[in-house]
Amino acid sequence: MAELNNSDIKIVTKDVNLFYGDNHALKDVTLDILSNKITAFIGPSGCGKSTYLKTLNRMNDIVPNVKISGKVLLDGEDIYENGVNVTYLRKKIGMVFQKPNPFPMSIYDNVAYGPRVHGIKSKARLDEIVENSLKGAAIWEETKDRLKQNALGLSGGQQQRLCIARAIAVEPEVILMDEPTSALDPISTLKIEELMSQLKEKYTVAIVTHNMQQAARISDYTAFFLVGEMIEYGETQQIFSRPKNKKTEEYITGRFG
Amino acid sequence: MRNSFIEKLNQLNNDLIKMGGLVEDAIKNAAKALEEDDVELAKKIIAGDSLVNEAEKKIESQSLNIILREQPVAGDLRKVSAALKMVTDMERIADNAADIAEIIVTANVKSILHISASITEMAEKASRMVGDAVKSFVDVDLELAQQVVERDDEVDALFNEIKTILIENISHDKSNVDIIVDTIMIIKYFERIADHAVNICEWVYFFETGEYKSTQII
Ligand SMILES: Nc1ncnc2c1ncn2[C@@H]1O[C@H](COP(=O)(O)OP(=O)(O)OP(=O)(O)O)[C@@H](O)[C@H]1O
Ligand SMILES: [Mg+2]
Repeated sequence: MAELNNSDIKIVTKDVNLFYGDNHALKDVTLDILSNKITAFIGPSGCGKSTYLKTLNRMNDIVPNVKISGKVLLDGEDIYENGVNVTYLRKKIGMVFQKPNPFPMSIYDNVAYGPRVHGIKSKARLDEIVENSLKGAAIWEETKDRLKQNALGLSGGQQQRLCIARAIAVEPEVILMDEPTSALDPISTLKIEELMSQLKEKYTVAIVTHNMQQAARISDYTAFFLVGEMIEYGETQQIFSRPKNKKTEEYITGRFG
Repeated sequence: MRNSFIEKLNQLNNDLIKMGGLVEDAIKNAAKALEEDDVELAKKIIAGDSLVNEAEKKIESQSLNIILREQPVAGDLRKVSAALKMVTDMERIADNAADIAEIIVTANVKSILHISASITEMAEKASRMVGDAVKSFVDVDLELAQQVVERDDEVDALFNEIKTILIENISHDKSNVDIIVDTIMIIKYFERIADHAVNICEWVYFFETGEYKSTQII
């Protein structure tokens, strides 16, 4: 995109189309996600935001009858190429889902799971990762005395923060977050937003949010989706002050439908 | 649809238009009171200034309330911020009109008018600039706004022309100092009023584009 200046591009998506059976859920989506930036995806329910996010680390592969075309390049490499190691891909591109999905194991093991899979065995090292990740996700204080308890015993908001801790524990290059704070109280939300701002120093962050103020607060770039199409993409400041597309303006100002 | 929000924005817009009308009347009447040496009209302008002050406060309060409760974005944010900036200029115009009216009440208006025909010309030009600035806002007419901005040069030129005449007068005849001082104040107020009309137009332009005096400020 011409108006996006020359920061490095982390992910290129080009003419991405996705069908769930007959449902054309993504239509020719072309956009570049920039390194060390937070990119927000906004749009009404069902417009394909989660679907788009999932194409970035091949989470849609497992859906029956799904058909994907177009290109998704991570650092210039096609992630849908034959022979791509999907487990390794998902270490590089971590994800926090819309609904919290902790594993049915202890809080500690949830966070240590990824690092263990990737070969870290040292107890001291794992302890350190678990603590830092839980702190980063603003849930350390609530869990430090119950690390061995089952994660399913946490509240919804706590589970979501645990999932964020689990995602950052493997130090992904890109972190995809699908409405990560929709179930959180304002304090935890601000902590997660703070975390995202820190994360972007090292990583690239893409977030789906229904909270427009949140997108305006934390993201550098914003993409607006509508029924499977990417309608407008640009600097967040521009999108929220003078969107070019009338539909974008109608959506963000609440004049939609 | 955020109907109550849109209702608030419409209300804000209507109040701005109303205030614009008050301000336009004030300056038009100031020009008229000067031309016709109409002290009664001048007193009315002075009395009417408090209405403009109230209108300003009301619009400021409405705007801050919308920011607090609705967190406007895009065109809505530009509208509310333009409103907040614009009312300051509108209020100043009415103040300056009242300042002129106060001079009219006490001064020797006939002698003032005798100094140069350019004085009434300047008053009318400044008054029309305000009228058109308000109109450019009501109709969101950027072309008209641009015209008003350009017409400021004419008012400035008249100001300088009259000032030169006044300087000449005072060097020949020291007995008229009162009249000279009253005149210089009146033309200075008209010159300022024209500047405020220009500012209003700059904010109209900002409202449409996010650009203020050629800089993208949002
Ligand atoms: N696993 C699936 N199988 C079939 N259809 C799906 C699947 N996931 C999503 N869809 C459909 O694809 C479209 C886009 O859904 P998606 O979940 O991407 O929307 P969204 O923008 O994330 O919405 P929301 O804001 O409600 O989360 C919808 O029509 C949805 O019904
Ligand atoms: Mg979704």
